[in-house]
Amino acid sequence: MTERTIAVDYLARVEGEGALHVRIHDRTVEEVELRIFEPPRFFEAFLRGRNYTEAPDITARICGICPVAYQMSSCHALERALGMHVGGTLRDLRRLLYCGEWIESHALHIYLLHAPDFLGYPDAIRLAKDHPDAVKRGLALKKTGNAIMRVLGGREIHPINVRVGGFYRCPAREELEALRVDVEAALVLAEETVRFVAGFPFPAVEEDYEFVALRHSEEYPLNEGRIESSAGLSIDPAEFDGAFEEVHVPHSNALHSVRKGAGSYLVGPMARYALNHDRLTPRAARVAREVGLEPVVRNPFRSVLVRAVETVFACEEALRLMDRYRMPEPAWVEPPPFDHPTHGAAATEAPRGLLYHAYDLDAHGAIRSARIVAPTSQNQKRIEDDVRHLVERSLDLETPALTSACERAIRNHDPCISCATHFLDLDLVRE
Amino acid sequence: MPLPHHPKLAVFKFASCDGCQLTLLDCEDDLLAVTTRLEIADFREASSWVLSGPYDLALVEGSVTTPSDLERVAEIRAQSKFLVTIGACATAGGIQALRNFGDVDEFRRAVYAHPEYIRTLATSTPIRDHVPVDFELRGCPIDKGQLIEVISAYLGGRAPNVATESVCIECKRRGQVCVVVAHGTPCLGPVTQTGCGAICPGFHRGCYGCFGPQDTPNTVSMVRKLSELGMDPPAITRIFRTFNAMAPAFRAAGDAAEKEAVP
Repeated sequence: MTERTIAVDYLARVEGEGALHVRIHDRTVEEVELRIFEPPRFFEAFLRGRNYTEAPDITARICGICPVAYQMSSCHALERALGMHVGGTLRDLRRLLYCGEWIESHALHIYLLHAPDFLGYPDAIRLAKDHPDAVKRGLALKKTGNAIMRVLGGREIHPINVRVGGFYRCPAREELEALRVDVEAALVLAEETVRFVAGFPFPAVEEDYEFVALRHSEEYPLNEGRIESSAGLSIDPAEFDGAFEEVHVPHSNALHSVRKGAGSYLVGPMARYALNHDRLTPRAARVAREVGLEPVVRNPFRSVLVRAVETVFACEEALRLMDRYRMPEPAWVEPPPFDHPTHGAAATEAPRGLLYHAYDLDAHGAIRSARIVAPTSQNQKRIEDDVRHLVERSLDLETPALTSACERAIRNHDPCISCATHFLDLDLVRE
Repeated sequence: MPLPHHPKLAVFKFASCDGCQLTLLDCEDDLLAVTTRLEIADFREASSWVLSGPYDLALVEGSVTTPSDLERVAEIRAQSKFLVTIGACATAGGIQALRNFGDVDEFRRAVYAHPEYIRTLATSTPIRDHVPVDFELRGCPIDKGQLIEVISAYLGGRAPNVATESVCIECKRRGQVCVVVAHGTPCLGPVTQTGCGAICPGFHRGCYGCFGPQDTPNTVSMVRKLSELGMDPPAITRIFRTFNAMAPAFRAAGDAAEKEAVP
């Protein structure tokens, strides 16, 4: 009987703080626990009693990496509660803002957090010494995503221009026009990114995922759509609670999500692409074909390639939306007066996957209860499954190599632990 | 004191959204330049390369909310020669300090099925409540330009040039229309510290105080003005109790409005 212990204090290059604990007895993997130590911040508790108009700014603070996702999911959920619909140019502007966040967040993950794994560096700064052009390309892409958020949202982290019903102020056409040169350049950089990451060495692995993502009748999904799964689920976001449940496990400050009667599932770029590759914009579809990206990607290491293709989509979609933009008047739809308690739920596609919000409001517009299900808490159980399979396949690896392989398996899914609540320190026990 | 040849930079996190440390990675034009002057010694969000302390410059994000945070903040202070707290969580307890006005045990039961699994303190507090801090950089989130200024000042051996005046001054300087005067929109600009670029008035909305109180805030007058503009006492309490609820001037204003609300 062998016994080995590995402890890495803190998983690096993920957003937030978590630990992985793996226990191997003889040659059996007994336990895999992705431990989220990120201290709880109790958003659902202190949202109670706040006016519904405050939810977009408050929930943005759940995550500095994807604040727009929180603003969008809260606005859509609250608008459904209020019985209002925001369409036309305001809808386009929301989509454009979301494209900015996708570009920023995907570029951050691809270049600063994930590429070092494939190329054998501890970080992008040391990677830049040998591959300066690649890192500069990543930073330029990221900067353009941020620029879109700054023009539309006022700033890139916790934008200030989003409100229930639309925006406080819509940009003049010239303000968006000034972004065009950079977004056109970003589209080319994003295509180069797909070719760049297609050259990474990918371990040959296939996982049997149930993919869950939004699907829209016409578009690659951002703000709206039905929640569908590769196993045939198709529901309105309002029916989320009927199909999914959250389980609180002792080792984590995040709640685990499972599909009722089915178990773990995966949200995020691989899921969106698997269910919506037919809705990609032309250049995104073309570059995906050029590098031989299969229509359904089941190798988690190739998620970086899907993220790159989605970055091309986000640049292309941003240009399309900017092209047809005419400044709307007014900048927001006034919510109808209401005099009775109401409820609304919605889901949008955060860079890391499906983000569900649900609110109960009292007759004065105060929030009575709020429920938020973040992408990483939905993926947490599925990430544990990936790690379990990886360890089972790799029992003969020396412990340091196995440890770093486990960390990579986690980073494949770009977990955002500040969303799920957070802290990753790796603790591998072999008995 | 002369700086070491290649000062060691560390970035640490407590309860927070990660947005303030992300601000460093968002300095796309300056990031690589910064790394030629500072050695990134411990920055887990960006690197799996970790050097042990002591550190020359430490940036600390987040607030103290768990029993283990209390030990960790003392260790970090002991390892850091110049410690800068970044953002509303680290400088004022952040949005999660709203627990300080409620019952954390009830909060825990409201969010988690098994509250006994969750270890947390009853309060969320800023770093300076626990250890001495060399400089505080405000904002929810911090401003990129101000962060670069703090780092440059450190490298230049001088004090950071970070204004502590009100948002109004910046708003005027930008030639923006005052949302209070022109539209009767409630705005915390007169009592809030500048640094954001007065973006909210620039987008036709009132400031909501994410940089915390300016150096001489007249919150009594501010509360009266907000009331004249149609905000009721509970709404006034809420606007002060958001991202900098525990900053002393905002806390006093929120408490005063709450007393009005409960006759």
